[in-house]
Amino acid sequence: MGIAVGLSGVAFGASAVTAGLSVAQACVLSLFAFTGASQFALAGVIAGGGNLLAGTAGALLLGARNSLYGLRMADVLGARGKARFLTAHGVIDETTAVALAQPDEESARRGFLVTFASLYLTWNLTTLLGAVGTSWVADPATLGLDVVGPATFLAILWPRLTGDGPEKGALRLVAGAGAAIALAVTPFTPPGVPVLVASVAVLAVTLRRPR
Amino acid sequence: MSAAWWAVIVTCAGCYALKLAGISAPRRLLDHPRVQRFAALVPVALLAALIAVQMFAHGQSLHLDWPRTAGLGAAVVALLLRAPFLVVLASAAVVTAALRWLVG
Repeated sequence: MGIAVGLSGVAFGASAVTAGLSVAQACVLSLFAFTGASQFALAGVIAGGGNLLAGTAGALLLGARNSLYGLRMADVLGARGKARFLTAHGVIDETTAVALAQPDEESARRGFLVTFASLYLTWNLTTLLGAVGTSWVADPATLGLDVVGPATFLAILWPRLTGDGPEKGALRLVAGAGAAIALAVTPFTPPGVPVLVASVAVLAVTLRRPR
Repeated sequence: MSAAWWAVIVTCAGCYALKLAGISAPRRLLDHPRVQRFAALVPVALLAALIAVQMFAHGQSLHLDWPRTAGLGAAVVALLLRAPFLVVLASAAVVTAALRWLVG
């Protein structure tokens, strides 16, 4: 997993700089946002010449899943008082997966800490590497780097669409609808907004039909 | 300070606040079926929309970039073959770059 995260760190650094963010901006995102999908989302919207407000809103909407991980992890990690402020920063996809896979709370806590520490280090170093490396390339498109962002999203999405979960059909429908809505409104809205419209449409369906 | 910096700072602060809110919130929220569906569906819609827009939108116009589309196709093949994450990204980039080099 460390290698996978390291590589997507490089990919993030590369796509952030390809999008027009500076090396410093890419690094600040990795240090303080520290949640891959949101960071990619912001860079992606900026790459399309997009509306920054919409890009930020999209990143936060993706970041909301960490809130749900936090809900599930609060008991397991037993983080109270001031320790909570540091623990919170580490609640992301990978650390949650590792912690929840452990047989008891003691190893869950250890698994969380080890994963958090090593991923934090790897993610930030590789972001720097990818960002600096790409800033030396005159035109990142000649290296095919513009496809790395979408390919990363697809790799994240893939297990959800092909898994054996009971909602596989619904998830595929939602993915198809999300993509179709985003493209359909593209000609009529500023860049960055279509992605938001698509997810808000899905959100509306979610809230109307809880079952 | 540039607008991009503001977007970066708000994203950082917001993402951290969301994490902190989760770990501090009352746990029974998780029992709510709407919260669970939100967690399952919204990221899927958002990611699919992002892929579509980054692939086929250029500003406010839609267009098909063949090398990029072929690159994403290579990623799909790699995913179908259960290739590791690195191979998925590398095959996408290599196919896109190779086609651009051949055509351009």
